[in-house]
Amino acid sequence: MADLHSSKHWYDYLLGIDRRWVYAVMAIAVIIPAIKSFDVPVGISSEVRNVFEYVDGLKPGDVILLGVDYEPSTLAELHPMSEAILSQAFEKDVKVILTTLSQFGPAMADEIITRIAHEYGKEHGVDYTFLGYKPYPAITILAMGTDFRVPFPTDYYGTEIDSIPMMQDLHNYDDVECVISIASGNSADFWIQYGNAKYGVQVALGVTGVMATDYYPYLQSKQLFGLIPGIKGAAEYETLRGKKGDASRAMPYQVTSHIAILLFMIVANIGYVTQRRAQHRAGMMR
Amino acid sequence: MKRQLPIFIVFITGIIMVIQFFVPHAWSEFLFTYANDFVIVIGILALPLGIFSLMRGTVKKAQRDPKERIFALATIAGFLVMVVAGVSRDNFTSPTSLLQYSFNYILIPCQATLFSMLAFYVASAAYRAFRVRTWLATVLLVTAFILMLRIVPLPGPLSEWVAALVRWILEVPNMAAKRAIIIGVGLGGVAYSMKIILGIERGYMGRD
Repeated sequence: MADLHSSKHWYDYLLGIDRRWVYAVMAIAVIIPAIKSFDVPVGISSEVRNVFEYVDGLKPGDVILLGVDYEPSTLAELHPMSEAILSQAFEKDVKVILTTLSQFGPAMADEIITRIAHEYGKEHGVDYTFLGYKPYPAITILAMGTDFRVPFPTDYYGTEIDSIPMMQDLHNYDDVECVISIASGNSADFWIQYGNAKYGVQVALGVTGVMATDYYPYLQSKQLFGLIPGIKGAAEYETLRGKKGDASRAMPYQVTSHIAILLFMIVANIGYVTQRRAQHRAGMMR
Repeated sequence: MKRQLPIFIVFITGIIMVIQFFVPHAWSEFLFTYANDFVIVIGILALPLGIFSLMRGTVKKAQRDPKERIFALATIAGFLVMVVAGVSRDNFTSPTSLLQYSFNYILIPCQATLFSMLAFYVASAAYRAFRVRTWLATVLLVTAFILMLRIVPLPGPLSEWVAALVRWILEVPNMAAKRAIIIGVGLGGVAYSMKIILGIERGYMGRD
């Protein structure tokens, strides 16, 4: 045992770092920006620009449907997207219908719409409507294609849809310019499969970083007109709006944690390659 | 008869729903809405079963292991508090209600913490898994490295070069692979549905 220990080379140490050290380095990586933050330059991708320009090109009085289809676990990543889109829509006097297909969505949607509407002096029922939550995303999306009143006879606050001034002439997807779903689950797929494919409504998505790669095929096939991927996508959107928000403030944490992961990958591979060469040389000598 | 009747019902309703999808008529829409209401009703009927199952499982675990009792107590207390807090409709919209406080100061931090812990596991997994063992593993390593590198601000043209490379990875190899998977899953779904409608696949009835 003692011999084995004494024959340990430097590359063996690189390969055998205890996972607690990995966690410790990661913790330090995310603490650093909390102590001393810094600016991160954000390059703009075309998929994010498409969403921004679409909303920017809408006329006052146009209506968009914003889906708050995420859970509290992804709030940090996706809430800034909802915030940026809502603010942009209200700035352009675009009306917003809010729905949520996530069971924990209503409280988050209510919080954000109330806060941002208050900030821009927008009135409930005139400038925006929050329809609330219904289970079964696929069924709800399909039912809204017939009429919003089918899954949502009343809004989140219990008001009859027909007594909401903004909703008088709004019946289904034909009456909205687009759907932007900020999603952390499979409701994103249902918006593409049923909202776009069956009813032909223009769909854009805001998704978590890990989900983003799944949706690039739909960009090329034009089933999505835009995509906001993860916190970086949200930061890009904020950059396009010229107003820094939570996403831009979160970017330094992303940078330091990614650097930490990249360093671990480099260290492990230096150790691995050196060890393999040493083993190969030892084999040749024998 | 016990087996034939469900198969017959599934066959008829399956065929009707397939036809309904392609018929843009008011009656077709009515049928669709009516069928969807059934799905929701069945889901609601499953809710008491879920609650009963949660309670039974928690109590049994607590009985079996004294160390689990504190967690079982927390589960039951949490469940009851949320049920009581959510009984009144006003609690949903009042920012100072117990329901909103529980949501904002317990549920959100708990879920966010669990999700954030992924970063630590990802770092550990990346350190152990991404190694140049084979050429395929090397391709995976290089791709992951480039994709992660796009978050990191790089000097001058290097940043643009990485962004272009990331775009190419996402739009060409990634899309080709994803599209193949999506088409495969779609065809599999159609085949499986056909098997259910035609009574070949009977797993949904329990042991065949």
